[in-house]
Amino acid sequence: MMEYNEERCVIELQVNGLARQVMVRPADILLDVLRQELGLTGAKPGCKNGDCGACTVIMDGWPVKSCLVLAVEAVGHQIMTVEGLGASGGKTSSKSSSAGTSAGSSSGNADSGTGNGSGNGNGADSGYIDPVQAAFVQANAFQCGYCTSGFLMVCHALANQKPDAEEYEIESWLESNLCRCTSYQEVRQAVDIMLGRS
Amino acid sequence: MGGTIGLNVKRKEAWAKVTGQAKYTDDFPTVGHYTARLLTSPYAHARIISIDKTDALSIKGVKAVITGEDYPNFCGPLLLDRPAIANQIARYAGEPVAMAIAVDEATAALAAAAVKVEYEVLPAVFTPQEAMKPAAPLVHENIGKYGHAAEDINPRPNSNISSYFPVRKGNMTEGWSNSQVTIEQEFFLPPSDHLAMEVRAARAEISKDGMVTITTSSQAPFEVRKQIAECFQVPAGNIRVLVPFVGGGFGGKAPVMQELLAYIASREVAGKPVRLVMDRKEDLTAAPSRAGLSARIKLGATKEGLLQAAELTFWLDNGAYTDIGPYMVKAIAADCTGPYRVDNLHCDAYGVYTNHTYATSCRSFSHESLTFCIERAMDLLAEKLAMDPLKLRMVNAITAGHYTPTQVLGTFSNLGNLPACISRLQEMTDWQEGPPVQITADTVRAKGMACFWKAATPPTNAPSGALITFNPDGSLNLNTGVVEMGSASQSHLAQMLADKLGISDDQVHVVLEVDTRLNPVHYKTVASITSYIAGRAVMRAAEDILAQLRKMGAEALSCFPEDIEIKQSRVYARQNPDIYIEFKDIVMGYKDVFGNSIGEPVVGRGTSMFKGLSNLNPKTGKGQSGPAWTVGAQAVEVEMDLRDYTYRIIHAYSVMDVGNLINPEGMSGSVRGGMSMGISMASRENFSYAKNGRGEMTTPSLRSYKALHIGEEPIYELDFVETPQLDAPYGMRSMSEHGIIGMPAALANALSKACGVAFNQLPLKPEDLWRTATGTGAVAEPMMAPDAAVAGAAAGDAAGADASAAAFAAGAGFAEGGIQ
Ligand code: FES
Ligand code: FES
Repeated sequence: MMEYNEERCVIELQVNGLARQVMVRPADILLDVLRQELGLTGAKPGCKNGDCGACTVIMDGWPVKSCLVLAVEAVGHQIMTVEGLGASGGKTSSKSSSAGTSAGSSSGNADSGTGNGSGNGNGADSGYIDPVQAAFVQANAFQCGYCTSGFLMVCHALANQKPDAEEYEIESWLESNLCRCTSYQEVRQAVDIMLGRS
Repeated sequence: MGGTIGLNVKRKEAWAKVTGQAKYTDDFPTVGHYTARLLTSPYAHARIISIDKTDALSIKGVKAVITGEDYPNFCGPLLLDRPAIANQIARYAGEPVAMAIAVDEATAALAAAAVKVEYEVLPAVFTPQEAMKPAAPLVHENIGKYGHAAEDINPRPNSNISSYFPVRKGNMTEGWSNSQVTIEQEFFLPPSDHLAMEVRAARAEISKDGMVTITTSSQAPFEVRKQIAECFQVPAGNIRVLVPFVGGGFGGKAPVMQELLAYIASREVAGKPVRLVMDRKEDLTAAPSRAGLSARIKLGATKEGLLQAAELTFWLDNGAYTDIGPYMVKAIAADCTGPYRVDNLHCDAYGVYTNHTYATSCRSFSHESLTFCIERAMDLLAEKLAMDPLKLRMVNAITAGHYTPTQVLGTFSNLGNLPACISRLQEMTDWQEGPPVQITADTVRAKGMACFWKAATPPTNAPSGALITFNPDGSLNLNTGVVEMGSASQSHLAQMLADKLGISDDQVHVVLEVDTRLNPVHYKTVASITSYIAGRAVMRAAEDILAQLRKMGAEALSCFPEDIEIKQSRVYARQNPDIYIEFKDIVMGYKDVFGNSIGEPVVGRGTSMFKGLSNLNPKTGKGQSGPAWTVGAQAVEVEMDLRDYTYRIIHAYSVMDVGNLINPEGMSGSVRGGMSMGISMASRENFSYAKNGRGEMTTPSLRSYKALHIGEEPIYELDFVETPQLDAPYGMRSMSEHGIIGMPAALANALSKACGVAFNQLPLKPEDLWRTATGTGAVAEPMMAPDAAVAGAAAGDAAGADASAAAFAAGAGFAEGGIQ
């Protein structure tokens, strides 16, 4: 028997440069739809209440907490997740010397044994290392990594929107995100590297 | 040796974590899964009169609703006192009382909310003080009937005492009569949270033939296997536990909780895969928290400040269920004096049930709380002695030749070098005696310090293991049971292994996901014991590989095995280094030029188990509970506005004896992270409970429970002392938790100095400081009579007695704010 489900609707989202059609409930938040319908699990739930920033994605160039955006509200906007970072349209502008480097020995051996998320969205061009990722690795700006996608998103937008940000502006941008593992000193250092200040 | 020790090697999974590729428990596809949601108790203590599931079950898409009656089995790592879902009695607000399973999360949430529960509210206890009163309501009526997984924990029937460990040493009468100066003070630390950014999650499914697969955000996959097997009578071999990346644990993911729930959920729906993700409120209120601690500390010293006697009582608030609490009590007892020599010692350490969320270790097995009490007491003693607090610590620092509270003889190997840490801290902080530095008319700067020590308190036979296999390019795969949750333990193991085998670090691949069916058993990824116990296993596996390569190399190169050298992924005879076999040509077995096969593929195997640990003597505490201590000295500098008690933490300093700084940047990051957590915990974090007869938590979100954000952090300055621990691989001491330990005490000492008021409880929010300093708000009755503060002081005339008395007047007892 075929059942018509009046509780769901089909919407089209622009995610990491691709048009994706998904079936959602009007009450579904963008975070859940990205993770469960599109397999883009880089954005993490930490509170689903706007308090932690782990779910941050980029909407039309600006960071938003995807737990505070309904999926239906995202229609017509350009969404970028950490998986799209470094791809065309997802590059972080940078004054740092490592800007736009290609993957080399510095990439280490990042074999995780826990799946590699291939085929999710529009992955980065192979060989291209986005400056914000390089900076976070260089500065050891994460430990468990759960908050990292969110911080990367905020930093990416910061570099593109406010490359000359003053210290207080950097602080007020990053205040939106919580990290329980690092001391934040490492995150600041990563931002400095990304902005070519250290 | 390959020379990888001391390099700033990046963590193995660095790139997985900056690309979104790193997968955590709930990052796997949810297609085909049912979702479970919890209904939790709104009352701290209540009898469950009835549960009506009818409405919930009538919702379309709901598959099952489970209550405590369905699975009354008791679980726990030490004392079997906790059902997966409250049965008949709910013992804390937030305790699961029902679980709904449905086709999707929204439906499950709807169903959980539609379960109707009728309660009869029971009187509750919220502090160890209340719980220890003779007529206190009992959190558990039947402690005596609970099964034990550990025999040494001493719960006391018909009381709220869940565990007890005493320590007796020397002669107290002598100790007090040698003491010209004494202090006595009570301290109070409320419970708080680990607040790992990843909320707890688990998935379970059961195949038709009874094979159980559980994926979970756990620090203790092997403990999950054990508890599911024991609580639900499942053969352990039928259980497979998978742990992908874990988004922070700090001890909070060592208890087995969400796994039990996911397991029974799947069982209830004929084994279908079920996912359970706690929301942040549940993660804060339902899942284990950091234990609170109350303490009464009495110290006696000579006029020169040499400690002569200590009488110490600790009450650990383990909340409604014990979990690992009894062993935290044991750890407190074993390290009760802090890192000081005290020959005459009387310590009683209790674990106490309350109607709080049940508690577990938070980053240092209660040493952050123990240290708060001892180090505040040391500052009070210094004040009374009119002695520099740094000097007081220096003259009493425990070192080689001294005995610990449980009568273990100290050596540089097992104790490290605390005096060296204190000296270095003195230089780094430019430590000065004297009053706070006036910055403006209303602001002052002051520094406070704290010393710490911590030994792990694992089960005396905690195991670990390592398996190493090779790839055709000569690289290898390191396979342990260690969970990757941020501490880079596995990367440190890889670094040691690379060095030991004489290969470069990038030739070591690490299996970061744990699968209890594949990985060798490892006790738990806790207590910073990985470098020690898993390290020993890895070193043995490396020896195993080297032996195999020597044997094969000797045959292939026609020489003696003892002449074989193994370096830079090559095997050669010492006398002829130009003729060598590359790893890639030998590790899969060797074939010579004539086609003869020599040897066989190399697989490295190593296991280990703690040695030389013993239970503590039930009367004196004598015994060895951990392999070695990590010691350190820490300080903070604050700038405080004396008008409104607001403050900024300007600097935070740490000097730790880590034995061997094998990865300076990585290890510094761990220490700073711990310091940050300590500062956050001490300056703002506590659970509050409503005083409305229900006792629900009033801080159940990240909006009401505030953690440190960027911009609030101090400038960190670190240094290290390296006194090798001789029985640890590369001499490296446990260190991944330890940054937190001295921070709460150092902050309280700095603020007490800045204000001239003794702050003896946490948290240290400006409002709390103002209440204590001004006596505003109702102050609860102290447990100790005021005159007891100087009892035993043969000479109460020591310089500074007045200041000290003032400090007591201001700080003694528990302010209302802390008793919630
Ligand atoms: S999950 Fe969106 S801010 Fe925390
Ligand atoms: S790295 Fe773990 S929360 Fe930031």
